Amino acid sequence: MMAYLPLLQIFMALLLAPLLPGIINRTKAFFAGRRGQPLLQAYFDLWRLLNKGAVYSRSTTWLFRLGPIVILASVLMALLFMPWGGLQSPFSFAGDLLLFAYLLGLARVFTVLAALETGSAFEGMGASREVFFSALCEPALLIGLAALARVTGFYSLSSMYGAITPALWLHHAPVILLLIVALFIVYLSENARIPVDDPNTHLELTMIHEVMVLDHSGPDFAFILYGSALKLWTLGGLIIGLLLPSGLSPLVSLVMFIVGIILLSVLVGIIESIMARLRLVRVPQMLVSAGALSVLAAFLA
Amino acid sequence: MNNAMELVLVLLILPSLVFLGSSRLTACIRALSLQGILLGLLPVLRLETHVTIRVILLALAMIVFKGFILPRLLDRAMLKADVRREVEPFIGFSASLLAGIACLGISFYLTSRLPLPDRTLSSLPITIGFFNIFVGLILLVSRKIALNQVIGYLVLESGIFIVGVALALEMPVLLELGILLDVFVAVFVMGIIIFHISRTFDHIDVDQLSSIKE
Repeated sequence: MMAYLPLLQIFMALLLAPLLPGIINRTKAFFAGRRGQPLLQAYFDLWRLLNKGAVYSRSTTWLFRLGPIVILASVLMALLFMPWGGLQSPFSFAGDLLLFAYLLGLARVFTVLAALETGSAFEGMGASREVFFSALCEPALLIGLAALARVTGFYSLSSMYGAITPALWLHHAPVILLLIVALFIVYLSENARIPVDDPNTHLELTMIHEVMVLDHSGPDFAFILYGSALKLWTLGGLIIGLLLPSGLSPLVSLVMFIVGIILLSVLVGIIESIMARLRLVRVPQMLVSAGALSVLAAFLA
Repeated sequence: MNNAMELVLVLLILPSLVFLGSSRLTACIRALSLQGILLGLLPVLRLETHVTIRVILLALAMIVFKGFILPRLLDRAMLKADVRREVEPFIGFSASLLAGIACLGISFYLTSRLPLPDRTLSSLPITIGFFNIFVGLILLVSRKIALNQVIGYLVLESGIFIVGVALALEMPVLLELGILLDVFVAVFVMGIIIFHISRTFDHIDVDQLSSIKE
């Protein structure tokens, strides 16, 4: 049983990740008094897209076709290093938190490159914003993880998160609380959720992430959708891991982790229902404050 | 140094970040109220076991004054002067936040260089005190709205109070009450001044006061 646990973790992530956008949408629908789309809508979408052919613009080259593949591949790689609460992740080595951050960075670089490749001014604008915001998010994420590394004394994601015990919580409560808030802001921004980006406004000038993937179609778009669902799962794991104590029996840990991720999605849905998107000039302020909280955590650690 | 006190001290950093990063005066005033309540808790937590009636009364007075009465006064001044937000400070909000973080770093450095009178003292309260003093100074020089400058003055005073709590085990009640009364009167007077400025000039932008009318 123990030997198969990493396989089980990966399998659960691959299987359940597309559920998260559905949960967010159902929560929003509940608040709006609607029935909302089926919980499994993302699975239907993926199935439909995979059965379609892709259409490529004549102005694009191989880079545009490479984009979705690299995006999905790097998010999958990041998933392998992701901390699972108290559980060991399938792969880990000292310093893999940098690799984790830069795998997500690689996915973003290819999203941006593919968007620029289409030559559309619209997508270029989205790309510019995405790069701007992620440049502010990355220090928040890395400094936050560095603070956690200092508190726990480990340098690989799964040992860092494995060292989170109630005793550590008691001793370093301020650090961990600050980290949760900072990572949550990073989570919202990286996944293009509401205070930063509105995933529903496909064709307005305000959106950031959605505009960059407008030109992808068929299986390519399925890859991107699946990649973003997995990203929701992976980055969520960083937050849930801080809340879960380690040292429970593996199956309990796994179940608690999955329940945590689902509750996090409900929370995102609630936030999207009660908040409006921030004005574009205000977003950097919010991201800088996330960075400020991370630095604060690092000072206290 | 117990965990609860450490938590309160860290929480005390957060309102200061709100002052630096928020343009809305309502948010700033609410943060000020939170800061006042946290400040009131500080002396009680500092003494841990031998808490006397005097300390509790002092804490209650702190909480009532700084947590409720002063924010109420500022709220009224805000309503009367009819301002909602700081529009264009000399230092922008993101830049102020970064400056605040730099100040936190400087405070940690300064405290590490300071010889403490008592080895058993933790240095965290002094760091946070310095940080609040710096934030108060930043607010005083960088904001144009008079109300924000009042908040800067109050943050400065809070910083001094935190350092005081850290160094003196039990401050004389009379002294403490005197300071509270001073602050109260100061804010009261400043509220009146703000009202008068806004009635005479139709705004409370102190930057424009330096250019002479007519």
